[in-house]
Amino acid sequence: MAYKAKIRVTLRPSILDVQGKAAQHALRNLGYSSVESVRIGKYMEVTIDESSNDEAGRVCTEICQKLLSNPVMEDFTFELEPLN
Amino acid sequence: MADVTVGIVVFPGSNCDHDTEYAVASFPGVRPVLLWHNEHDLKGSDAIILPGGFSFGDYLRCGSIARFSPIMREVIEFAQKGGPVLGICNGFQVLVESGLLEGALLRNTGKKFICRQATIKVVNNTTIFTDGYRKDEVLRFPVAHGEGNFFASPETIESLEEHGQVVFRYSDEEGGETEEANFNGSLANIAGIVNREGNVLGLMPHPERASEQLLGSVDGRRLFESLFRHLTGA
Repeated sequence: MAYKAKIRVTLRPSILDVQGKAAQHALRNLGYSSVESVRIGKYMEVTIDESSNDEAGRVCTEICQKLLSNPVMEDFTFELEPLN
Repeated sequence: MADVTVGIVVFPGSNCDHDTEYAVASFPGVRPVLLWHNEHDLKGSDAIILPGGFSFGDYLRCGSIARFSPIMREVIEFAQKGGPVLGICNGFQVLVESGLLEGALLRNTGKKFICRQATIKVVNNTTIFTDGYRKDEVLRFPVAHGEGNFFASPETIESLEEHGQVVFRYSDEEGGETEEANFNGSLANIAGIVNREGNVLGLMPHPERASEQLLGSVDGRRLFESLFRHLTGA
């Protein structure tokens, strides 16, 4: 059974996001004065072929911890959806 | 000096590998050997250098993919047995990603890629890499990076300081650890750190590009000299 994992990796809240800051300034220049902050992260779609939702979740957590995010500076969350 | 072999790891996208090879080869009795990232053999290296560049195009995070290159298994084992490992610029990023050094290197706070001559101060001159320098000596090393902003948790910073693991700090020419001298926004002006055991050094500035008068500075030579002296026991 294949699952699609939709993974979001975001910079930890304590870390200054210079990319987000630059985008926020640009939005302010465009006149969007109500935009108070922008934080830029990564979105990844990973297809995982495992026997169950739990197994796919276990693999997904492992790959996020090992490679796809760096716990020193990033947090991750994901959703799994079955593919047919 | 007796014969010393220095392995320089070449990842796809490394671009300071040949500069490092050139600098290393300029020391009598020292033989550089390039190690392709897909190999598993350190070819008798007495020390390993992870050079600067943009391994794997800096995809995902700088150094994050290189960290899992086949040869890194041997490099990590070599380091854990006490073998000297030096990571320069992207090599430093690979070392923090691999867990051989603590912390992380974030985007420079000023957003820009910064390529210029920098001044750094020797904070710890008791390591095998830095005992050829005087304590608090100010060195001129070039820097060229977009992600050199050293970050770690407050507890990690405290522990690095406590154990003398901060080796280099960005400073002005008089050695003042000012905010202006800290051009990439690193915590505590940190430019380079060693592991607790003292055999793994990572730094963002480039000693290999400060190893010939023609390039404007020879301050980097003593870093290699110190290391090679320790390897030969001279």
